[in-house]
Amino acid sequence: MSGTARRVGAIMLRHFFLWRGSWTRLFDLVYWPVLQVMIWGFMTEFLAGKSSWVAQAGGVFIGAVLLWDVLVRGQFGMTLSMLEEMWSRNLANLFVSPLRPWEFAVALMSLSILRSLIGVVPAALLAIPLFGYSVFGLGLPLLAFWSLLLVFGWAIGLALCGLLLRFGLAAESYAWASVFLLAPFSGVYYPVATLPGWLQPLAWCLPTTHVFEGMRAAMVDGTFRWELMLGALALDLACIAAGFAIFLGAVASARRRGSLLSTGE
Amino acid sequence: MLPQSMDDARSSPAIEVSGLRKAFARAIAVDGIDFVLPRGAVLGLLGGNGAGKTTTIGMLLGLVLPTGGRIRVMGEDMVRHRHRVLPRMNFSSPYVDFPARLTVRENLRVFAALYGVRDAGDRIAALASDLHLRRFLDQRAGSLSAGQKTRMALAKALVNEPELLLLDEPTASLDPDTGDWIRAYLEAYRRRAGAAILLASHNMAEVERLCDEVLMMREGRIVDRGTPAALRARFGRESMEQVFLDVARAGRDADAPGAAP
Repeated sequence: MSGTARRVGAIMLRHFFLWRGSWTRLFDLVYWPVLQVMIWGFMTEFLAGKSSWVAQAGGVFIGAVLLWDVLVRGQFGMTLSMLEEMWSRNLANLFVSPLRPWEFAVALMSLSILRSLIGVVPAALLAIPLFGYSVFGLGLPLLAFWSLLLVFGWAIGLALCGLLLRFGLAAESYAWASVFLLAPFSGVYYPVATLPGWLQPLAWCLPTTHVFEGMRAAMVDGTFRWELMLGALALDLACIAAGFAIFLGAVASARRRGSLLSTGE
Repeated sequence: MLPQSMDDARSSPAIEVSGLRKAFARAIAVDGIDFVLPRGAVLGLLGGNGAGKTTTIGMLLGLVLPTGGRIRVMGEDMVRHRHRVLPRMNFSSPYVDFPARLTVRENLRVFAALYGVRDAGDRIAALASDLHLRRFLDQRAGSLSAGQKTRMALAKALVNEPELLLLDEPTASLDPDTGDWIRAYLEAYRRRAGAAILLASHNMAEVERLCDEVLMMREGRIVDRGTPAALRARFGRESMEQVFLDVARAGRDADAPGAAP
């Protein structure tokens, strides 16, 4: 095993040990996605009788809430792993070990894949018997939607980890709340055309808007719109590059300011 | 800059510091210090609160970026190539903690993997035996007493059998018996592994017992240096405690209103 793989694996092992010894943390991963699916599932059943569009596009809200949670869990997966190190005042131990900052970031990303799977898959499975809807019916496009949202979640997560390094636990509330700021502009539950005209160009700057429009096209029209996926991919690449730059810049800044020894206090 | 040759790297001191300086926005924490720690030696870093000891250790570990000067650790430039030497060094500080919900064994396994320790299970078993941690291996780190935590921190610091050990207050908040036991263990480790140790401490008995040489720091500068015996003789004192007080009070008097500039 290469040194990098071993060190990334060590950080993952640390979190595996944490989850193994704390069922509340595992429960917390699953709790919100399941709750969201139940609310939107019942809402869909109610609206299906009132709206022909909802009746025609059965499961569009459940699909949206599940994919939205991929983004949320992806971002939380990174920032929560970072916060765990800060809460336990363990960052200095990690940064004086042979672990490189970018390896730490890769470990956080790998953990966020696990967290999103642990959080979203049970909720998706629950929707099958409860509402007769399977998001897995989307087939391969689901993989594209999932991956694009996860990568955007990483980009936001990296930037927020940078913020945590810069401002310490004073910035903790931003780690929880920031991603939700994107929801109204991402067209998660409604087409982007619903937004005011002046806001729509800004909404199209978000990879999430492309993904959720693509999801509705797949579910309502049964078409896979490549151009939307390519747009999301291009935006994702730009965002993840910016996320890495912010995170690595924050590590360098923390070394200049000497704050790594006291981060978390 | 090209890395040094293997021979140079092997023969170079454990630590070589010249003109080291760290200025923060509102204060100069370290102001142009020079020192050398030879392989296998123990160097004490003494000074009151705010003297610059922790910042110096932070710079030696690569946690804090110097404003000026040079640090070479086992021949490598610490600012540019710290990842070349980090696997061969380690540190322990009471200001840094461990994941409280992980057991002692789990914590040590994680750090063994980070440092690339082969046969980690055997190494952890040996450390647990040496440091009297066997009974606590499967206990959560957060439930350990101060003494047990210090021994665990020492086990983490020794997990990769470092050639250079940086210890910040290794016996702080320990009872005299445990403190004495840890000092004996460090002496034995140094002899066995030929490791160099840099020790920042407020415990003067510890410094006298362990250190070959002592640097006295005040306001970011090295104001005196020498063996404990030489310092005692120079200050005309019977203990390092008194030497420490003389140095600290000299600084306070110099800052007092009406003192000569």
